[in-house]
Amino acid sequence: MSTAALDSELAAGRSLWADAWAVLKRNRAATLSAWVIAALAVLVIVGPWFCAYAYDYIDFARASAGPSFATRHFFGTDNLGRDLLVRTLYGGRISLLVGVVATAVSLVIGVGYGAIAGYFGGRLDALMMRIVDILYALPFMFFVILLMVFFGRHLVLIFVAIGAINWLDMARIVRGQTLSLKHREFVEAAEAQGVGAFAIIRRHVVPNLLGVVAVYVTLTIPQVILVESFLSFLGLGVQEPMTSWGALVHDGADVLESAPWMLIFPAVFLAVTLFCFNFVGDGMRDALDPKDR
Amino acid sequence: MLAYSFRRLLGAIPTLLILIAFAFLMIRAAPGGPFDTERKLLPEIEANLRTAYHLDEPLYRQFGRYLYGLAHFDFGPSFQYRDYTVTELIETGFPVSLKLGGLAMLLALVVGVAAGCLAALNQNSRVDYGVMALSMTGISIPNFVMAPLLVLVFAVYLHWLPAGGLGDASNLVLPVAALALPQIAYLARLTRASMIEVLRSNFIRTARAQGLSTTQIVLRHALKPALLPVVSYLGPATAAVITGSVVVEQIFGVPGLGRFFVTAALNRDYTLVMGVVVFYGVLIIAFNFLVDLAYAWLDPKVKLG
Repeated sequence: MSTAALDSELAAGRSLWADAWAVLKRNRAATLSAWVIAALAVLVIVGPWFCAYAYDYIDFARASAGPSFATRHFFGTDNLGRDLLVRTLYGGRISLLVGVVATAVSLVIGVGYGAIAGYFGGRLDALMMRIVDILYALPFMFFVILLMVFFGRHLVLIFVAIGAINWLDMARIVRGQTLSLKHREFVEAAEAQGVGAFAIIRRHVVPNLLGVVAVYVTLTIPQVILVESFLSFLGLGVQEPMTSWGALVHDGADVLESAPWMLIFPAVFLAVTLFCFNFVGDGMRDALDPKDR
Repeated sequence: MLAYSFRRLLGAIPTLLILIAFAFLMIRAAPGGPFDTERKLLPEIEANLRTAYHLDEPLYRQFGRYLYGLAHFDFGPSFQYRDYTVTELIETGFPVSLKLGGLAMLLALVVGVAAGCLAALNQNSRVDYGVMALSMTGISIPNFVMAPLLVLVFAVYLHWLPAGGLGDASNLVLPVAALALPQIAYLARLTRASMIEVLRSNFIRTARAQGLSTTQIVLRHALKPALLPVVSYLGPATAAVITGSVVVEQIFGVPGLGRFFVTAALNRDYTLVMGVVVFYGVLIIAFNFLVDLAYAWLDPKVKLG
């Protein structure tokens, strides 16, 4: 590939991102939300080191105690006497980790699948998209529940299971974009130079998809966090004494009359996180989605 | 129309078969079996049980037997509730789930669309921002968080409504609200976005120029095209309400169908799990079909075929 082609590609990329960045920065709700997410991420990663208690330490004397500064259980304790603050932070680690990794799984599958279907077109495309149509009609949540029930609550399994149900939308979007990209001059130029199909997909198609993909990634992360919390709520998520926000909400819901703090703190953390991701995703869509231009 | 319906029905058959095969294989591949109990059964007894339920046959025979039963609307006997067939369990659980889910969907449609229209008609005003902020909050609070919070506020603190159970209408309020709120939020956003677009179009300007009132414009001209994205979201919404009812029924102790699902999977009640998956799968496929028909009715540009 010539340097000139590379330069023009880089220049086009930069201007798109610069444009988008400018629009995004003007959107105050999205900017604020992005800062909140960053702060939350730092808090759940660093926070546990500064807590007075370990996430699985059992304070027998103070089980189900309300929030208190004197005992340094700032969020109170759960019914076993474990510190809720540090457990909420640990739960946040799991929830955010699942959100990011499972989204990455769906990103890889979705972009690969969609780009291949779109680029090769023809019968392969028809077949691959027919498969997606069929999968769309299946109640996937049931399969994830079955998978978790049958094969144990392994963190890797959660990543794969959630990622595997979330790639359908991504594949459709990517395919649509690829269809319009593959007749552009730079792709034809690469084809004329004899570049292989997969190299074209990797170097020319996928980089030009990133704008649209970025939008859907930010909107997928809260969905994935939600699915993980849902599974944890059903008791199918991570294994005790490890925890996640969904699992904490579930424990809290059981004792909400006697210990409402067990429900309220994790619920607020979960809701704020989802809220912020949705706002950033909306802002990104305004900034990057070519449909809205 | 008839030809289209017929083709859609034919198209649903492979989807259903894949669904059934998927669930069937997954359940059989799972470690543990339906007759695992605390006390180890005598091997002879277990062998007899397996023979009685045809679990000793090769997989393809079992699958064939299951399909044959399904074709006769027979979901087989439940392994866990030994005195009941799966059909009976679905018959007792589904009406309750249907009542919850149906009411929630209805509520979500009416309130969501109304709120969306209200926001669109007052674009960029305080009403608009208020509705949008509320709906963003609704989307961000999942129903399994909303449900215990509603119980905490309305049952524990205020004592206005019962926290669970099933009796009269007051028992239904909280679970229906928990199921409906996220959908209301989503529908309000969808309606607002499409209504704003429709209100900008030429035929609405013509209607305005002819001196029609805002109410008439919205109800007679704008609402129908603005509902298109809402209608196409109804398919996924049904699926969401159905899966949502799995947790909501658990929280409120409602004896519906969703509640069976997790316990059945935990107990390896093969036939009950299959029954619920197939039943809900058919329901979702059927609903998507109805949504497509409604879509064609609303949008004269869409040709079925």
